[in-house]
Amino acid sequence: MLSIKMALRSIGANKMRAALTMLGIIIGVMALVVLVSLVTSTTETVTNEVSSLGSSLLTVVVNDDKGETVHLTDLRGWVDEQPAVGAVAPYARDSITGRFGSESGTFSVYGTTPDFHDINAQKLLRGRYLKNTDVANASRVCVLDETTAENLIGYSDCVGEKITLNGVKYTVIGVVENDKSISITSLFSGTAYTAYVPFTSLIRLSETATTAINAFYIGAAEGFSVDDAEKAMKDVLNRRFNDDEDAYTISSQNLIEEAMNSITNVLTILLGGIAAISLIVGGIGIMNIMLVTVTERTREIGIRKAIGASRSTILRQFLIEAVVLCMFGCALGIFISWAILQIISIITANTALVFHLQGRVVGLSVLFCFIIGVVFGLYPANKAAKMKPIDALHYGG
Amino acid sequence: MIELRDVSKVYQIGEERVRALDHASLHVRPHEFVSVIGPSGSGKSTLMNIIGCLDTADAGEYLLDGTPIEAYTENELARVRNIKIGFVFQSFNLISKLSAEENVELPLIYQGVRTSERRERVRQALAKVGLEHRSKHLPTELSGGQQQRVAIARALVTRPSLILADEPTGNLDSHTGGEIMDMFAELHEQGNTIVLITHDNDIARRAKRVVHILDGRLTEVTL
Repeated sequence: MLSIKMALRSIGANKMRAALTMLGIIIGVMALVVLVSLVTSTTETVTNEVSSLGSSLLTVVVNDDKGETVHLTDLRGWVDEQPAVGAVAPYARDSITGRFGSESGTFSVYGTTPDFHDINAQKLLRGRYLKNTDVANASRVCVLDETTAENLIGYSDCVGEKITLNGVKYTVIGVVENDKSISITSLFSGTAYTAYVPFTSLIRLSETATTAINAFYIGAAEGFSVDDAEKAMKDVLNRRFNDDEDAYTISSQNLIEEAMNSITNVLTILLGGIAAISLIVGGIGIMNIMLVTVTERTREIGIRKAIGASRSTILRQFLIEAVVLCMFGCALGIFISWAILQIISIITANTALVFHLQGRVVGLSVLFCFIIGVVFGLYPANKAAKMKPIDALHYGG
Repeated sequence: MIELRDVSKVYQIGEERVRALDHASLHVRPHEFVSVIGPSGSGKSTLMNIIGCLDTADAGEYLLDGTPIEAYTENELARVRNIKIGFVFQSFNLISKLSAEENVELPLIYQGVRTSERRERVRQALAKVGLEHRSKHLPTELSGGQQQRVAIARALVTRPSLILADEPTGNLDSHTGGEIMDMFAELHEQGNTIVLITHDNDIARRAKRVVHILDGRLTEVTL
């Protein structure tokens, strides 16, 4: 305790130098904590969202239909034919300019069927979901998500209002809660609003959407597992595409999670490695300044030895000073990292991403700084401890 | 107390071999006040370093309180300096960042004395040199005489077997030097053993016994 107080005083005696020395450690810790926190926070959010999509969800993407296009009627046929397949919903998306009154913005418009909300376990907040008759008639109706209702219309109870999509008037029939996977998509594609319209309506609305279905969701029927549904769907699709398994991709969220995790791990190691290098550079700075300090304080070392300080006492004194310097820099670095993450969180407040300090990386950087303090403090401290008392006493007069 | 028998020390300075101590023998009994006088280059400092366990002799024997010192390791020597010897240097050698009381406290910290006892002993030692009212001051805020008195308090605080003073008045004016010498005389009265090293005859004569050193050889001087 006493030696830590002493060390703080020695450091305090030369504040400017201490601050510059610590800068290396501060930057290193900041790099480590901020980068790793950003990566892990992002994946954590994404993985959470993915797993909240509903456990019985499978995504099928048709890569190459070889002229055997999949139509809405095919999907319906499969549901009837395969007992394990409970629900199927096509999934087409386009970015479309929309307007309400004087407000306008880019929409992510999803063309789908009523089953979509079911499979995605989306909660209805106002009005109603899409109906089969809407799909059959290609009705000009849409379901908005909560954010869109509040930001574009101004209030969530907006059933009956009319919005314009590509110049065509659509009546709002319902408001659902935000789909988190979709809010991530919007974040990356830069669209502000989300609307769900009947699949058939999107075909008329969009230039890219056609009756050919490229992607759809599958939900397992009650009493069947996701694996059962996946197997059944594979059978169907293999028959359809002549056993060409490359023609389609079935992914479950487990796969997505695994992929996310491996990406995070690689990124964490990569960024952590870069940060570790800057910490080591910071450590060399500490060693350098400690060597200067030892030389400057040769006389003090001599006095301390003359009145009875042993080698280990002197060694400990300078080692503690180096470690305290490191830990002080570490604490400052963590604090600044916290502030930076706080600012990033404010900037990204209206997205689903949440950034916070990762306890593990904070612990790791504290440990790392401690080790650096000891490793790089040892050589200068040992140099001080080995000084002969008479030589040290007569140093500089 | 102190028993030096045929102690020799040779320094190699470049090509030249300097015989700093040449078969020097000295016996100091407890409660004695001895001064060693000699011109510069006579081996005074070497003698002081060896008596003070800051350095070891090349040849001969040195017994401190009956124990031979030359076989001691560096850490054991540090312990001897800490417990048995109180140094007073010409240039005071206080640590400039520490206040008067912290300077005095330092040898007790190295001894591992408990905080409460440390405080009390520091207070007593500073009171003895008449500086209790300046205990919070840094050395730079004190006059030369006051700094030397802090150094004396630091030497006294461990209740050492021997107080070893190297030109303690060398950096002071004659009046303050006189005051410091009065203090040494008083310490001697109280039963402390003192070895004082100086080049000044008047200072040396304040001691009860004077030893002359020249070219590394010691001779008793009868007053």
